[in-house]
Amino acid sequence: MWDYTEKVKEHFLNPRNVGEIQDADAVGEVGSLACGDALKLFIKLDPQKERIVDAKFQTFGCGSAIASSSALTEMVKGKTLDEALAITNQEIADFLGGLPEEKMHCSVMGQEALEVAIAKYRGHGVPTHGHDHLHDEQEGEIVCKCFGLTDGFLKKVIAQNRLHTAEQVTHFTKAGGACGGCIPKIKELIAEVLGEQVQEERKKPEKLTNLRKMQLIQDVLEKEIRPLLWADGGDLELIDIDGGTVQIAFRKACAGCVSSGYTAKFVEQKLRDLVSNDITVEEVEG
Amino acid sequence: MKEIYLDNNATTRVDDAVFEEMRPYFCELYGNPSSMHFFGGQVQKKVDEARNRVAALLGAEPAEIVFTACGTESDNTAIRSAIEAFPEKRHIITTRVEHPAVLTICRNLTKRGYRVTELGVDGAGRLDLEELKRVIDDDTAVVSVMWANNETGVVFPIEEIGAIVKERGALFHTDAVQAVGKIPLNMASSTVDMLALSGHKLHAPKGIGALYVRKGVPFRPFLVGGHQEKNRRAGTEATSSIIALGKACEQAARHMEDENTRVKGMRDRLERELMTRIPNARINGGGAERLPNTLSIAFEFVEGELILLYLSEKGICASSGSACTSGSLEPSHVLRAMGVPFTCAHGSIRFSLSRFTTDAEIDTVVRELPAIIRRGREMSPFGREFLAAQ
Repeated sequence: MWDYTEKVKEHFLNPRNVGEIQDADAVGEVGSLACGDALKLFIKLDPQKERIVDAKFQTFGCGSAIASSSALTEMVKGKTLDEALAITNQEIADFLGGLPEEKMHCSVMGQEALEVAIAKYRGHGVPTHGHDHLHDEQEGEIVCKCFGLTDGFLKKVIAQNRLHTAEQVTHFTKAGGACGGCIPKIKELIAEVLGEQVQEERKKPEKLTNLRKMQLIQDVLEKEIRPLLWADGGDLELIDIDGGTVQIAFRKACAGCVSSGYTAKFVEQKLRDLVSNDITVEEVEG
Repeated sequence: MKEIYLDNNATTRVDDAVFEEMRPYFCELYGNPSSMHFFGGQVQKKVDEARNRVAALLGAEPAEIVFTACGTESDNTAIRSAIEAFPEKRHIITTRVEHPAVLTICRNLTKRGYRVTELGVDGAGRLDLEELKRVIDDDTAVVSVMWANNETGVVFPIEEIGAIVKERGALFHTDAVQAVGKIPLNMASSTVDMLALSGHKLHAPKGIGALYVRKGVPFRPFLVGGHQEKNRRAGTEATSSIIALGKACEQAARHMEDENTRVKGMRDRLERELMTRIPNARINGGGAERLPNTLSIAFEFVEGELILLYLSEKGICASSGSACTSGSLEPSHVLRAMGVPFTCAHGSIRFSLSRFTTDAEIDTVVRELPAIIRRGREMSPFGREFLAAQ
């Protein structure tokens, strides 16, 4: 049985704001019967069209989907549209005292429905997450064919929630959860997004002391590279750093893996991008 | 809150008589049956008695029973044994609706170069025996087909399948975990070479299973070490659990008629009442022969986990073929193989009864479930459209 918090249970047993608003200002629909969950969100604004005075929902889905919808409708009341748009899926989960990671996609669905509703109200192009089958236009490239999810959507969720593994991406978005064919592509997206984030946070320093360089190399290996290898049951160990030469040994599934050569190249590129251009990576026995 | 336990295909309560039978073999009669002294010898006699009782329920010889730790071990052992006995044969046949205990090992074997054919089923969950005839060949080492499906209760025509298998000289294994104790089986007149069963599905404790291996069928052990089980399964016997399984099999034989009359009657009544009271419901496997205790019923426009959570609030324990309960994202592989429409695949609920189920419990489900389904549909955008159209 899922380890749902008391708050989650309370919200699916007594959901707030189920129903519809006849004269709603904004309506957002995401999901489908085939996907196994769907949410229709209604929003009513005050006469000045500034703040949300009422919100109602209809949800087809499991207990945590109902609870996430209920939480969302409670959270948006009294907020301006911009304030409502700033609500993250993590905040929805936090409102409920947390969700099991496998159920995080329920909180993401709430956030999506809100975005769709507000974009439609403002007359903007509707943001497509892909698995909203009501929209015929698609932005970006479809990555997960089973659930129809685009790279743009996945990258956003990866960045917002700082997801490190393909499994986490599945839990948060469902992508890769059916046939699994897109998991390699999801891993590329993770690498891309995490790379972008790291570069934003710490620009590659112009000049490094040897000590600082060694610290940075260790840091990147620990935070950026090993988690990706763990996701495939692999690992690596830092053996030595000598100037620009970084010696590593592969462990677990990576040890003896036929593509460890590519992995070593990947590690080198990552270190060059994030630390210094003069780094070379050597794979050693050890 | 007293539970109304209708999830007996998941596991069963240990029968009081079974528990009493095993109780002395923990703290008092704890000897090792292999020992040369009287203290172990008296346990050996009880293990022999248990073997006789299991064999009697199956219509088998006691020497054909190998005790294992669980149904999964029995299934894994049977399939591995079969391919090791015929190393030159590289083809395995099973079905798309098998339990993971069979399906996973077969799929893993494809990585070792085996061809695996998974037979499909029709909308009622039935196999097409013509498909089996087409795909079986001299390269087929083993055919593994479950006796009864755990999710829908659909019973496969094991002897007809066995006749086809025997004609081609392959070994025939059946995962009978859900069938043993619920429907009469007779290995003496069967085409089955190996059969897996699990104790906790028939009111024995968890952690005990058995594998029937027909006399003369080549066998390779999975666990090796000691000489236990005539070198077919090494490891000190789980004496108390084996004794419990023996007692449970004896009890199952005694209650077999009850299972197929009174229990079946309650299942049929539950099915009839729910179909009458709840619109847009369908029985999964309704057109096929089914176990007497199992009802898999799908409700359109409402999600299964939500139904289970609301049932659970009323003390009712059932299970679901829905994606959300398992942490996977797709409905069960069984329902997908049957082509259950996506409008209701996510809303399938399984009720599985036992001889401990009462009429009053069925009444409670019949009283509570229609309101739960209606409530779920009122929350769902598709359910509301459906209710509005009515």
